[in-house]
Amino acid sequence: MKFRLQDHILVPKHILLSDEEAEEVLKTLGVKKEQLPKIRADDPVAKEIGAKPGQIVKIIRESPTAGKSVAYRLVI
Amino acid sequence: MTTLDKILDEYPLPLSVKEEIKKELEKINASEDIARKVVERCYQVYLRNLMEPGEAAGIVAAQSIGEPGTQMTMRTFHYAGVAEIDVTLGLPRLIEILDVRKNPSTPMMTVRLLPEYATDKEKATEIANKIEATYILDVADLATDIRRMRIIVTPDEKAMSKKGLSVDEVKKKIEKSLKNVEVAEGEGKIVIQITEPSYKVLMDTLDKLKKLVLAGIKEIRRVIVRKDEESGEYVLYTEGSNLKKVMKVKGVDASRTITNNIYEIYEVLGIEAARNAVIREAISTLEEQGLEVNVRHIMLVADVMTVDGELRQIGRHGVAGEKQSILARAAFEMTVNNLLEAAVRGDVDRLKGITENIIVGQPIKLGTGDVELVLKLGSKL
Repeated sequence: MKFRLQDHILVPKHILLSDEEAEEVLKTLGVKKEQLPKIRADDPVAKEIGAKPGQIVKIIRESPTAGKSVAYRLVI
Repeated sequence: MTTLDKILDEYPLPLSVKEEIKKELEKINASEDIARKVVERCYQVYLRNLMEPGEAAGIVAAQSIGEPGTQMTMRTFHYAGVAEIDVTLGLPRLIEILDVRKNPSTPMMTVRLLPEYATDKEKATEIANKIEATYILDVADLATDIRRMRIIVTPDEKAMSKKGLSVDEVKKKIEKSLKNVEVAEGEGKIVIQITEPSYKVLMDTLDKLKKLVLAGIKEIRRVIVRKDEESGEYVLYTEGSNLKKVMKVKGVDASRTITNNIYEIYEVLGIEAARNAVIREAISTLEEQGLEVNVRHIMLVADVMTVDGELRQIGRHGVAGEKQSILARAAFEMTVNNLLEAAVRGDVDRLKGITENIIVGQPIKLGTGDVELVLKLGSKL
């Protein structure tokens, strides 16, 4: 079995959003795509989940303060 | 799903807060009515404690890290925590983290092993020997024969078997990496004959031979096997770091193997892992010095360093140096250079940020200054 980067303790869960989901996220946050933090398309994890530029990745972080926190990054 | 979960589900509270409330409510065995009231009160308190919009979070973070930073020692050496590996500590290490040095002064890895290797000391040592860089001087003696222009390698059988090397393998390795030589084997020795009769070539070849990595990973200079008191498993600590290669070694638990070289983590595991690594390293550096800095400040710094999808340092070549405003850049470092270059290019400063507005003496867009009130003419108040 090949090792998945997302299994690493330092790597939080990355989920690639569909276009509809992305649209909804932008609406609830009230921001434009470009205002989100970025993730490069050649980022090892982005490559693993097959993210293409323009898509949005949902990241579920294990936060020391909030328990779980959700962040979004725009693939560039 | 219990009723308690259902009530908590209605409120947008962070998970850790929810868990805490749940624990307390379960302790007192609260009824649905009381639970609802408690959660509502907690939510009100939570809202009151949220950061105000427009608050200068960055300034607060800078001061909160800066003040304890003044108490950090400049001393850099000797670490007694894990084995005998020296690790840079204190202020120099903190600077290293924030500067995102590609080659930190003391790279170090914590290599965890798969269960079947982690419980067995011999197997753990085997892996340690496999990843540690082995040079020819570790397993053999070298002698130069100047008269006949050759180098004689006498392998030490004990050391060779410890590293799992055979004479034949060593010979092949030498043949592959050295040029202009003839390699012969006899009576357990390896004779390297220099084809060109020159003293300089002989010495150069000898130097090259000494630097030749026979086995293991070049960057891993030393490996120490230690038993972790808590989990009872054997853990390898290495001097030097190469995450990519070590993760691929058989028996290594790739998912729990880490390095203190943040840039390497960024390259191998991506931006989110790098963010986590910055937080971890910074907090552990501060904690080791007995300084308590709230993790939120460090998280903000880590967020700023990673927003662009690449790891940027705090400073001239990163966050501060990429500021849009000329005046803000000039106020930070290299004032004359920045102003001169901007003048040559004919740049315009739009006075959108904080620093530049303070310089020109205007109200800044921060806190209450961030709010603009416009009176609609003709409307009744």
